[in-house]
Amino acid sequence: MSIILDHVDYVYGEDTALSVHALKDVNLVIPDGQFIGLIGHTGSGKSTLVQHLNGLMRPTSGAIYYNGEDIHEKDYDKKQLRSKVGLVFQYPEHQLFEIDVFKDVCFGPKNLGLSQKETELRAYAALKQVGLEDEFFYQSPFDLSGGQKRRVAIAGVLAMKPEVLVLDEPTAGLDPKGRDEILDQIAKLKEETGITVILVSHSMEDVAKYVERIIVMNRGSVLYDDTPRVVFQHYRELEQVGLAAPQVTYIMQALAKRGMSVDTSATTIAEAEQEILRALHRTV
Amino acid sequence: MIRDITLGQYYQADSVIHRLDPRVKLVATIGFIISLFVVDSWVGYVVAALFLIAMIKLSKVPFRYMVKGMRAIVFILLITVVFNLFLTPGEPLVSVWKLTITKEGLRIAVLMAVRLSFLIVGSSLMTLTTTPNSLTDGMEKLMKPLKYLKVPVHEIAMMMSIALRFIPILLEETDKIMKAQIARGADFESGNLIKKAKAMVPLLVPLFISAFRRANDLAMAMEARCYRGGEHRTKMKPLCYRAADRIAYGVLFLYFAGCVTIGVLL
Repeated sequence: MSIILDHVDYVYGEDTALSVHALKDVNLVIPDGQFIGLIGHTGSGKSTLVQHLNGLMRPTSGAIYYNGEDIHEKDYDKKQLRSKVGLVFQYPEHQLFEIDVFKDVCFGPKNLGLSQKETELRAYAALKQVGLEDEFFYQSPFDLSGGQKRRVAIAGVLAMKPEVLVLDEPTAGLDPKGRDEILDQIAKLKEETGITVILVSHSMEDVAKYVERIIVMNRGSVLYDDTPRVVFQHYRELEQVGLAAPQVTYIMQALAKRGMSVDTSATTIAEAEQEILRALHRTV
Repeated sequence: MIRDITLGQYYQADSVIHRLDPRVKLVATIGFIISLFVVDSWVGYVVAALFLIAMIKLSKVPFRYMVKGMRAIVFILLITVVFNLFLTPGEPLVSVWKLTITKEGLRIAVLMAVRLSFLIVGSSLMTLTTTPNSLTDGMEKLMKPLKYLKVPVHEIAMMMSIALRFIPILLEETDKIMKAQIARGADFESGNLIKKAKAMVPLLVPLFISAFRRANDLAMAMEARCYRGGEHRTKMKPLCYRAADRIAYGVLFLYFAGCVTIGVLL
């Protein structure tokens, strides 16, 4: 059970003066149950890449396999694929349309042809998963706050019970509190259900805390694909492509430079704290 | 899918036609359209075709872009041709069952088809080589005399340029919302007419909301920059004719005079 991208290329506006080579020879294997951060600067091709994962875009060349089957085979069931690979777009709250929150979340499962009862059960479970209170269920989605709207939109995808959840910049435009809440919720969801989660972001800080693997995109190709520890060691190169390592990395690097014997690969504040205390011969 | 619509879209290139004053292009397009109705003979259409081909060559816009624009009117074209072909009275050529193709019918059908396609290609040449903004600038300047008749020329031009500016934005938005709903299992393609119309709701509601939101934002931004209509408003880059524009007017005049002569003589 996995997604495999095999030499995927994508060109926008092929044969025109304005053609853009958005993906260049992307090869990836996404096994089940991983928590992946997909990082890249604006225009690096990350949004284009994720739209390939559920067959919304067709690669100019190359192939994509889901569970060993080519998703662009003629009689491949794309609808089924889209329920398995749930994609939450950037600013997903812009896709809400129903008269109340609950109905909107029902849209996805209803499209899968499930019974009324099953649909409603799933919608209820999904809304609970994103941590929305019951009192909002029968309100118009347009009366909610930005963060709440986004949860509803994420629930709309979760209600289809995807095996892979792809979130394109789920924290864009949210305040720090809203951002942490959404990310914590996603991490919790990942822990409870064991689904594969791909978190697209341009902020290392956001993903460092949660993910086990980071894919760095630059100008349409994969620059790094490794654990956060290894990727952040390349912090100088990351800066050159318009990204940055988490602040913790910089502090640890600076401390090491001053002669403190710390391991510079700490990625979270908690790890860094441990490292520094250890270096100072103290324990928590 | 939705990005394929080219009618009324700008094609970026550096050519003589692109650099012309928008007023010249507007007048030329109107002149060309009128010329198509003035001439009524094969010679006239050959002249028009040559003129059009020369302009397309000069504009450096690939020919298939023009043809793409034609796709939108294929249906209208087909109806026109069929009706003219079978319903024009005159000397019968072929007769099958109750349908009769007459000599006059064939002539009119072909001429109408040529006229319509020239019309579309001619006007899409203008929109392909002129940015929407300069087009409305040109219109505003051309329509200036109407101001004395209390026509709000500036306001109309502003509305047009905003409307034109919003076309690509809304297309992109449509594309995005469509994809988002497809990702949620929506189906825009299969089913009968009623089912298809119903399937549009998840697309149209968010689209309207976003259009209103954008309009509101734009109004705010304009007010924040003290926009208050056309009175005493000056332009950063006022339009003025250059040598190339005068030559273009000359060429246009020659073409138009030629067409009128052909129309009168033949």
